[in-house]
Amino acid sequence: MAEIEIKNLHKSFSDFIAVKNSNLVIENKEFFVLLGPSGCGKTTTLRMIAGLELPTSGNIFLDKEDVSYLRASQRDIAFVFQLFALYPHLNVRNNLAFPLKMQGYSKQDIDTRVMEAAKLLRIDHILKSKTSGLAGGDRQRVALGRALVRRPKAFLMDEPLGTLDAEFRELMCLELRKLHDDIDATTVYVTHDQQEAMSMADRIAVMNEGEILQADSPNIIYNKPKTKFVANFIGSPGMNFMPINQKISPNQNNVSVAGTIINIPTQKDGSSSDQNFLGVRPENLKLVSENGIKGNIFGVEYLGSRKILTVETVVGNIKIRVDSDTNVQINEQVQFNVLNNNQIVFDGSTDKALISEFIS
Amino acid sequence: MDTSRSPLEPSGFSRKLAATIIIVYMVVTLIPITWIVATSFKSVDSAISYPPEVFFEPSLEGYVNLFTNRSRQPKEYLDSLPPPETWYEELVRSREMVITGPSKFIGRYSNSLIIGFGATFLSVFLGALAAYAFSRFKVPLKDDLMFFILSTRMFPPIAVAVPIFIMYRKLGLGDTHLGMIILYTVVNLSLAVWLLKGFMDEIPKEYEEAAMIDGYSRMQAFFKVVLPQAMTGIAATAIFCMIFSWNEYAFAVLLTQFNAQTAPPFIPTIIGEGGLDWPAIGAGTTLFLIPVMIFTVVLRKHLLRGITFGAVRK
Repeated sequence: MAEIEIKNLHKSFSDFIAVKNSNLVIENKEFFVLLGPSGCGKTTTLRMIAGLELPTSGNIFLDKEDVSYLRASQRDIAFVFQLFALYPHLNVRNNLAFPLKMQGYSKQDIDTRVMEAAKLLRIDHILKSKTSGLAGGDRQRVALGRALVRRPKAFLMDEPLGTLDAEFRELMCLELRKLHDDIDATTVYVTHDQQEAMSMADRIAVMNEGEILQADSPNIIYNKPKTKFVANFIGSPGMNFMPINQKISPNQNNVSVAGTIINIPTQKDGSSSDQNFLGVRPENLKLVSENGIKGNIFGVEYLGSRKILTVETVVGNIKIRVDSDTNVQINEQVQFNVLNNNQIVFDGSTDKALISEFIS
Repeated sequence: MDTSRSPLEPSGFSRKLAATIIIVYMVVTLIPITWIVATSFKSVDSAISYPPEVFFEPSLEGYVNLFTNRSRQPKEYLDSLPPPETWYEELVRSREMVITGPSKFIGRYSNSLIIGFGATFLSVFLGALAAYAFSRFKVPLKDDLMFFILSTRMFPPIAVAVPIFIMYRKLGLGDTHLGMIILYTVVNLSLAVWLLKGFMDEIPKEYEEAAMIDGYSRMQAFFKVVLPQAMTGIAATAIFCMIFSWNEYAFAVLLTQFNAQTAPPFIPTIIGEGGLDWPAIGAGTTLFLIPVMIFTVVLRKHLLRGITFGAVRK
């Protein structure tokens, strides 16, 4: 297994920049997720690591070896495609054996390895089947099997669960993570689904418009997002942003939002702009009876154990997470305030989080 | 109302109508072929009798005449010969003739097989490579090149017969197998490239990418993963190419005489006594139909089966 490093990686297709000077180190045995909306460059990054695209500039290191311009076949990396790409003219056994045949293993070794992988993935009973007749989950497992028979240095997966139905996807998430731990693999996984990313990853890199905005553990990505985009993209619903019409200066510890004074973690840096945003997660807001920000209930989403309220205020629509026994009516006037001191101030001109006691 | 039938299935009436149309069409197309096959089993006299004989006593005279050269001999000479050893010698003697040797038919037929299959293989092989490149790579002026390839078929090939004739004479390709294979390949190639490009476009590129990641070079991936999935297209293309090069007449007349003459210019020139030997021509034509028929039947299952069906969710 291997460490993967990308340095100043850049890729453009004529005048479209797919990946902008990205830097990243993926540790040995790490489950690393590239997360972002479609078109953000996550798949292009993965394909460059695999050798399916060549970078415009920059380097890729696999175990310290520069593989940037090596062919895919020379990189010892396995790739699981979104559409699985199982060879339709071969049965399951031959699909699994296909990568091994190229490497000149004896027939016996191939059989042993295929059996091993098949047992691990519980597909040993369908080895003789045609791939075209398989159910989604079995196809997924065959695709994984084909990746792992070769015992490659790293596994790259491009939205491998994208075509499965929701219920099955959760199960496969668990299985994938367990498989990763069992074989001590280094895995790079691309998805646009934050739940998948959160539930599996050791670390997540959030990408947008070709840039890696933040690479951290799911916990840090969620609680201490470094940019407005990350804060909004992660979480369901995403973070609320309330406009602050003042410049933030160092050591400031409160701001005024819609006439209400809200305490914030002591700021270490000032803002460059005098139009900034206070970011608060829906679960860090609570309904209060007085001295809060006023608004009208615009919508109520019932989610079983909790409700998400959408409140129309002078600072825009704000989402608040409340217990599901909270009784509110549409158009009812309510007040809310922040619950604790985990707020983040985003600079209005750069969209970056300002450094404070809470976030560095 | 019949509710057991799905609304998507044709009704009993439309099935019967379809069957009737197919049968009528089949009869119309099969009559000439039946007549040719029947003629091949007639005697020389019954082949040209008027009114035409629908029922007749079958004879293998046509086939014997097709494969042999014969000469008429006086009765005294025939009587002096030892009795005939084989059924076909006996048949020829009964017409007061002797076999003087095998005819050129087998040679011409072999030429047809060599040139037909050679040109088909080459067209499909080169066509598949070109189609793959056009389908997958950034080729400069791709659309113009594709149009140029197609434009070579916008005039009848025979329109360039004279330049080709002169060129072939200069190059020493006239009346050679190689020359005919090259010529038929050139004519077929544009069709092959266009047909196969359509099929290649349908094959998701993830298959080759998967193979390349599995350690195969692009060329190996092409042969091991792309070609097997393009079988449907290859079979269809091969049948079209085969039919053209097998049946081609004009260039064969023009460019071949002895060494590389194919069966089509040879068969209609089989001369018997006092005119064309119709049963022998019928026999030659019947035998000529067989290889294309077998070829088509063998490849038919590939034509009917979409091999990649269900393998990829789109």
